[in-house]
Amino acid sequence: MTPIDRRTFLMRALALGAAAPLAGCNYEDPAHPDLADRFLHMMSAWNDRVQAALFNPHTLAPTFRPDQITRPPRFNAYYSISDVVVVDPATWRLELGGQIRDKSPWTLAALNRLPQTHQITRLVCVEGWRVIGQWGGVPLGEFLRHVGADTNCRYVAFRCADQYYSSIDMASALHPQTLLATSFLGAPLTPAFGAPVRLRIPTKLGFKNPKSLVQLAVTNVYPGGYWEDQGYNWFSGS
Amino acid sequence: MQRSAPKRRAIHPWPLRLMHWLNALAIIMMIGSGWQIYDASPLFGFTFPPRVTIGGWLAAAIAWHFAFMWLLVSNGLLYVIWTLASGHYRKFLPLSPSSVVRDLRAALRFNLKHDLGIYNAVQKLLYLGVMFAGLVAVLSGLAIWKPVQLWFFCDLFGGYVTSRYVHFFAMTAICAFLAIHLMLVALVPKVLPPMITGGRQET
Repeated sequence: MTPIDRRTFLMRALALGAAAPLAGCNYEDPAHPDLADRFLHMMSAWNDRVQAALFNPHTLAPTFRPDQITRPPRFNAYYSISDVVVVDPATWRLELGGQIRDKSPWTLAALNRLPQTHQITRLVCVEGWRVIGQWGGVPLGEFLRHVGADTNCRYVAFRCADQYYSSIDMASALHPQTLLATSFLGAPLTPAFGAPVRLRIPTKLGFKNPKSLVQLAVTNVYPGGYWEDQGYNWFSGS
Repeated sequence: MQRSAPKRRAIHPWPLRLMHWLNALAIIMMIGSGWQIYDASPLFGFTFPPRVTIGGWLAAAIAWHFAFMWLLVSNGLLYVIWTLASGHYRKFLPLSPSSVVRDLRAALRFNLKHDLGIYNAVQKLLYLGVMFAGLVAVLSGLAIWKPVQLWFFCDLFGGYVTSRYVHFFAMTAICAFLAIHLMLVALVPKVLPPMITGGRQET
């Protein structure tokens, strides 16, 4: 197994344990799906295909004025703010894997030298609440082309310093508003909001915006995600 | 012209009965899972108790909601096509404000005659009203699901935030219809068997 496979396996096992107390519900045990679970998985896979077909690479997420930014910003993760993992930006590296020509790890300084862009967009949580924020960084599509990623691959997978993981489809990865974000509200990202680098993708729900990235891989093997493996729809496009 | 023996035909033809019960299933699943989804981020100062919600937690509720939306929408489209093609839509017409007032007064005095298969003005208004609420629920649902790709639906309702409220009130309207609908079936139980067996009326 490659390292990413081994970690995926470990995380799936952990996710399973986390889901176990939800007895009596659907998706209570992802490893042993009952008939209803299989039906829901089938429909979710169908909905992934419908959403991929609906996705228009030229449709932009709405942008907002600076005075519309939500203040104070809202912290959200699968753990509380006191458990945020603090990454040292000086020693931080982004490891690259999968179908990428140049897999040398990236430093924050190197990332900051690529062309930057900013956006004021809305982050919509799968729970229904939303916030408006300003993010800045490198368009993921530019980065992928820069490192020679095979953009014909189906997935871009992310792993985080806090053991979170997620993945997106290549079309959404190449969308002009999809960023490897390094700043939030005009300042470098803070640990609670994903320092030093997070994914910011306004064409998907909040949980598809992994924070504190440590690995990026381009692959044709379905990578899943922390919430996705527990039953949340994988595509989750907006 | 000589009269032949009276023909007897179904009060509710089979396509209507099939679509009615498929719709009932879809509506129950959509409302139950929708209440669970609402509970994850309530719009108002209350949540729906777990025993009336479907899914048990947010991921499953969303999965049920986005599975049964296909049944709701495809069944609804089939109904529209069928009602136009078969001429069934004429049962909802004509509908004048004065006839609604007249029949509503009669209904509130428990004085409204119920002929199987013939809609009085109050019924016409309620059925057309719930169809409109269903349409608004679907369109506002699409606005919440796809505020970027289907931005025109989002704009139609005044943005993402308003769309959530519109979706909620469309559900409320459907629930209000269901309460009246079920209450009337309880008051006039003879209307239930024809929706299952079809029933027979003389023509």
